[in-house]
Amino acid sequence: MRISGLKLYAIVFLIFLYAPIVLLPMFAFNNSTVVSFPLKGFTTQWFQNVWNDADLWQAVRNSLLVACTSSVLATSFAIFAARASTRYNFPGKGGLMGLIMLPMVLPDMIMAMALLVVLLGLGVQLSLVTVIMGHILICTPFAVAILSSAFQSLDKSLEEAAYDLGEGPISTFYLVILPLVTPGIISSLLISFTISLDEFVVSNFLGSKDKLLSVYIFGQLRFPKSVPTIMALGAVLVALSIVLLALAEYFRRRGIAKTGAKDTGGFL
Amino acid sequence: MTSETSNVAKPDMIEFKDVHKYYGDYHALRGITATIRAGEFFSLLGPSGCGKTTLLRTIAGFEGISSGVVLIDGKDAAKIPANQRPTNMVFQSYAIFPHLTVEENVGFGLRKDPRSKDDKAKAVAEALAMVGLAGYGKRAAHALSGGQRQRVALARALILKPKVLLLDEPLSALDKKMREQMQVELIRLQRQVGITFILVTHDQEEALVMSDRIAVMFEGQIAQLDDPETLYRRPKSRTVANFIGTMNFLPAKILSESGGKVDVESQGFGRLTLDAEAQVTGEPTATGASIGFRPETLTLLFDGQTAPDRESMATVDEVVYYGDMTYYDVRIDGTEQPMRLSMRNVFGRPVLDIGTRTRVGWSPGALVLFR
Repeated sequence: MRISGLKLYAIVFLIFLYAPIVLLPMFAFNNSTVVSFPLKGFTTQWFQNVWNDADLWQAVRNSLLVACTSSVLATSFAIFAARASTRYNFPGKGGLMGLIMLPMVLPDMIMAMALLVVLLGLGVQLSLVTVIMGHILICTPFAVAILSSAFQSLDKSLEEAAYDLGEGPISTFYLVILPLVTPGIISSLLISFTISLDEFVVSNFLGSKDKLLSVYIFGQLRFPKSVPTIMALGAVLVALSIVLLALAEYFRRRGIAKTGAKDTGGFL
Repeated sequence: MTSETSNVAKPDMIEFKDVHKYYGDYHALRGITATIRAGEFFSLLGPSGCGKTTLLRTIAGFEGISSGVVLIDGKDAAKIPANQRPTNMVFQSYAIFPHLTVEENVGFGLRKDPRSKDDKAKAVAEALAMVGLAGYGKRAAHALSGGQRQRVALARALILKPKVLLLDEPLSALDKKMREQMQVELIRLQRQVGITFILVTHDQEEALVMSDRIAVMFEGQIAQLDDPETLYRRPKSRTVANFIGTMNFLPAKILSESGGKVDVESQGFGRLTLDAEAQVTGEPTATGASIGFRPETLTLLFDGQTAPDRESMATVDEVVYYGDMTYYDVRIDGTEQPMRLSMRNVFGRPVLDIGTRTRVGWSPGALVLFR
């Protein structure tokens, strides 16, 4: 079989994209403190280090707390914004939605610096709360984008039918609209969670002594001794990501099967 | 729902009084005044964008009006929110809740009903049986075919025993066979439940088949409101005549009017005397008067046949064969444009070729004069 130029390009591209990720678990089991070829023996030492590292566990707990809180809050805010932008027309709508979506393209660095200056100026103590505030700002545009498409694909006459059958606006929302946009809400939660979990710039700028995972990992990379441990941690995170993604896809497909909508393609 | 006043035999169910509706600068409804009687099958017929759906939605309460009054069963609709009106709607998209079963869809409106669970389940089963879906209750709504969705939408609306059922182009998404079947079923259902049905459609045939009365709408106004036969036989304007079926027009000149008779001179048909009461219609227009007639009022005369009334000579211009019918375009001697003529095909009688010279029979009584 002849391999055409474009095919070759695609293969090289994929190797370049995924080879480093494959290297993570490889070195995580390598019996050497130096991350280099050739590989030496097999060990689970680094995983034990991860398991026993109290600081790391604290960072994981902080990160989970921040990621859960920011994804839930960002998604909640986004439900209101997406609903308003898809169903109602009001003066200044375009500009308002633009401002909500702007953090998506604004460099994180600028947002982080601006927030830091304002917070310090107001005399606010840096803590996980300030990090959560920053993460909500970053996650909300993504959540709005996902939920807008979920609300957009909702047939308006379904709402009218619910009114017509005697329901009010609130009961219509939780009896009809909410169940139908649930797949969108789950997607939004998962994406926001992932974005928050690996966010570094804002976490670093607005964080206090309570370090988040991304900040902790970055700090540890300065010590050559702990690099293999980080590799092990990385391997665990890759495995978890795959599980999470598979779960998200499972729920998405189930949601589609349940409502009989057309599958427009998901993550996998 | 109880009716408070029923001293009149056929009371008015819906009343529009000079209803206007603006969308910004766009004047969607331009002074609608009409009455829909209790228990009738009423159709709003018109091309897309004529305001028929908007008018229907003002009854349902999804659309407010800019000025005028809408009365539902004698009460000012402006004071009743959409979810408390004694009306229910079958949507064009059916709006079946995809996350619920058929049963849950049909019983959706019963949530606040004080009846027991068993009674409600019985009502749902009855409603499903009424639309021919007995036993389908447990199915997922999204697994139904178009025709079945339509029936679920009907059952869901009728289970609440509304005073008025609103149907927004309910048959437009079905194929031809299914549509004809549903037309008959809707008529049967309306007779069975006896409530007012208001149908929005752009299909003139559908409106003629199903309705007791039809309001033909153009550009936000009702052009004519009549029963199907009057609408077909004596349309008030050329626009209505063209929208309902096919009508041929010949330029004509009014010579004199007196004593309920009108003398006209038209191309092809010559001098005629028409009955002013029964045969003259419309408002004078800039283009002048014209004689109108339906394709079936003109007949081909074969050898040995004599015209029941009058006859003229004509040339066949075009032949369109439909199986049960043949449509001919014939040029009557003395006229410029061809006239459409329809003939029921009878065994043993040939279909004429293009160019054939033939006699055509017609009757002055079947003509309509548009001023």
